Amino acid sequence: MAKNVYFEDVKVGDEVPAFERKTDFMNWNRYAAVNDEFVFLHMDDEVGKAAGQGAAFGMGNLRWAYVLNALRNWIGDEAQVRELSMQFRAINHKNDVLTTVATVAQKRVEGAEHLIDLEINVRNQDGVMTAPGHATVVVPARG
Amino acid sequence: MTSAEPTTLVTPDMIASKGVWGPETKSYPISESDIRKWAIAVYWPETPPRIYWDADYAKTTQWGGIIAPEDFNPFAWPPERPAARASMGPVPGKKPAKGENILNGGQTDTFFIPMRPGDVITSRSRLSHWEERQGRNGLTIFAYNESEWHNQKGELVKRRISIGVRY
Repeated sequence: MAKNVYFEDVKVGDEVPAFERKTDFMNWNRYAAVNDEFVFLHMDDEVGKAAGQGAAFGMGNLRWAYVLNALRNWIGDEAQVRELSMQFRAINHKNDVLTTVATVAQKRVEGAEHLIDLEINVRNQDGVMTAPGHATVVVPARG
Repeated sequence: MTSAEPTTLVTPDMIASKGVWGPETKSYPISESDIRKWAIAVYWPETPPRIYWDADYAKTTQWGGIIAPEDFNPFAWPPERPAARASMGPVPGKKPAKGENILNGGQTDTFFIPMRPGDVITSRSRLSHWEERQGRNGLTIFAYNESEWHNQKGELVKRRISIGVRY
């Protein structure tokens, strides 16, 4: 995987291939293990319920990782993610199926850099858009 | 909302620390193993991209070696546990008081120089501002925190604006 995406080949409205995962408890725990995120709200249903969220719920930063994975899978290794912005508006419940959504919104050139701006979200199995935001990636040009 | 509920969730600490950079935190050196395990966890069950774990392959790319995923956290697992980590939200067996519930509201990251094995990352952060409003969980405060990460060469790695929610 060298250069996946060239600036010239990208069109406004293009959709980035989705990254999709079912977030079961093991999935959350793997992330907690590497991110040192052993927080009762993510581990203990009673604590999640007492907090008004029904049960333990998933880490926002895992959704964040899924979007970065989708972007990385799309642009390949010879490109950069420059910016990512997301708001975690809906809770990630256990066993949700989360699917990243990323659509090209704009292309621009700044100095020597070829930039692609995208609208971002993470959709759950009920169609709820849980995490709206935007991203910018820097990709190579055919030159 | 009951009459016993506070009218604000702003604390004296917040007012005192607004806009003031806190002390710097320095990571342990990042290892290839740290990066590899992170990538395995977030791509599971798929094999993660080779740029995160295959040194021979990574040498052939523009990076010249393994880099870390943008979201890699070099500050995980400090052997001496900072006091702030003990207060990450409510605990079992105790009904949380108003303002003790927390959520991650989101963030905006700008990424600059990638992190690599051997890097030592220094972080500093400050409370930028906050907003309070009535939400589905009653009175809720959204605190905006700004942080910067630099590597051992003084290069900017990442700038983050994060939104901490309390209700």
